[in-house]
Amino acid sequence: MVEPEPPVALPDAAPPTSVPVRVYRHRLPTRIWHWVNAATLLVLLMSGLMIFNAHPRLYWGQYGANPDHAWFAVGATPTTGFVRIGETRIETTGVLGRWTDGEGVEQTWAFPGWATIPTSYSLADGRRWHLFFAWILAVGLTLYMLWTAVGGHLRRDLHVRRAEWSPRHIWHDIKDHARLRFPKGEAAARYNILQKLSYIGVIFVLLPLMIFTGLTMSPGMGAAWPWLLDVFGGRQSARSIHFIAAWLLVAFFFVHIAMVLLAGPVNEIRSMVTGWFRLSPEKGE
Amino acid sequence: MSDIILPRRRLIAGAGGLVAALPLLSGCDAINDAPVTRKILSMGEEMNRASQRALTDRDALAREFGRADLSPIFRSNGTKLPPGAAYAGHAASGFADWRVKVTGLVAKPLALSMADIRAMPQRTQITRHDCVEGWSAIGEWTGVPLSRVLAAAGLKDRARYIVFRCADRIGDADYYESCDLVDALHPQTILAWALNREALPIANGAPLRLRIERQLGYKHAKYLTGIEAVASLDAIGAGKGGYWEDRIDYEWYAGI
Repeated sequence: MVEPEPPVALPDAAPPTSVPVRVYRHRLPTRIWHWVNAATLLVLLMSGLMIFNAHPRLYWGQYGANPDHAWFAVGATPTTGFVRIGETRIETTGVLGRWTDGEGVEQTWAFPGWATIPTSYSLADGRRWHLFFAWILAVGLTLYMLWTAVGGHLRRDLHVRRAEWSPRHIWHDIKDHARLRFPKGEAAARYNILQKLSYIGVIFVLLPLMIFTGLTMSPGMGAAWPWLLDVFGGRQSARSIHFIAAWLLVAFFFVHIAMVLLAGPVNEIRSMVTGWFRLSPEKGE
Repeated sequence: MSDIILPRRRLIAGAGGLVAALPLLSGCDAINDAPVTRKILSMGEEMNRASQRALTDRDALAREFGRADLSPIFRSNGTKLPPGAAYAGHAASGFADWRVKVTGLVAKPLALSMADIRAMPQRTQITRHDCVEGWSAIGEWTGVPLSRVLAAAGLKDRARYIVFRCADRIGDADYYESCDLVDALHPQTILAWALNREALPIANGAPLRLRIERQLGYKHAKYLTGIEAVASLDAIGAGKGGYWEDRIDYEWYAGI
């Protein structure tokens, strides 16, 4: 498949303002990976919450079971549901720990049916979904990482230039984001520093962290690659980190969606489907 | 024309259904239960087994810990006390008449008493027990390596799997499990009769349980009564190789 190269520079002459300039912003591998990965992460999150329901307690260290201290737990009293973080208990009746299912039956699993795959408790099925889609995540991420390195995406689009590292530049970008002032025209064709750091953080830190903490929980992999236990401080620490990193990905998702909505959802989504992004000096879509 | 459309429609239903829309729809449990979904998802288990066997050291040892790392309380799970008068009688007599039969594809079938088992070469290991639910507990186990027992019985060439028979009846059947020869002959795979230097408690599988350290807890069969060498798992239970595998579709390969 022949893909047009992204423009190195925009045309010298400023285009007539009435005709929007289109730039080829996302190449095919990025678009495919983006959508496959989005669906995969959704399945992994929901099936992961089902697996969590089997033992809704988290520990630090090599071991951890019911008699041991859990730094995080979801539970139920005879009438309420709660989340406990450290020594702080938050009542979550109706959402976490105690909720009512579609048939009107009160349940005391940690995460409610609408958030899990499958909707009613099955650790076996949750694991089937999770451990199948984990392969799609791992293989897709590996291929995409290789492509970003070889295909120039990393060097051209994600590489943070020296000037961008300056605290003043970063602070300026933070202020712009906080004021919801988004780049117009040519600048919108490139990633800004916060975007670059977010995408690098997800692709090269959070997603690999999910995969490696996941592998650390495997007794077979713990034997084959014992360094995993040293890197993450034990199977139960790995399980805690896996859980925290999953929610960081959820947080990224919400910020990502907010930015897409604020920056012009039609133009943004179209560019991730067709590759073409419209630079509009005036109003968005 | 319909020849072209039909397979394509099936493809769209299969692939499209699996990926995006499913979990969002209220009818997603129907997809979870569809045979085609289960077939596709079970490929994950096979990929995990095949890749771990192919890419990692088959003899790699599970991490062994020190006594300082022991869980203060070693949690038990599953059967806490096998039902029935027969087991109660064995427990009352200190399992003096307990026998573990070694049968199937072996040259010399055996019926081992607990004294026979303790007289064989022993191994002690402090390892982490990983439950499929997510918790872990570290304990010190002593027992005879399964490889020693199988060597004494003379494993025949046709033997491919080892099946474990148990005394704990759950619902409609006695518990059973199985593993391949890679794990059966692994040096840390032992028939344990002691936990933390004490006789194995009843809740943890007295008088004898399997330790198969690179797999999850439900593979570690408790209350062992029989060890059977077989060429195929087809005739064992419903054919998936274990009690929970046959009933709720837990993975047979529980190395992940």
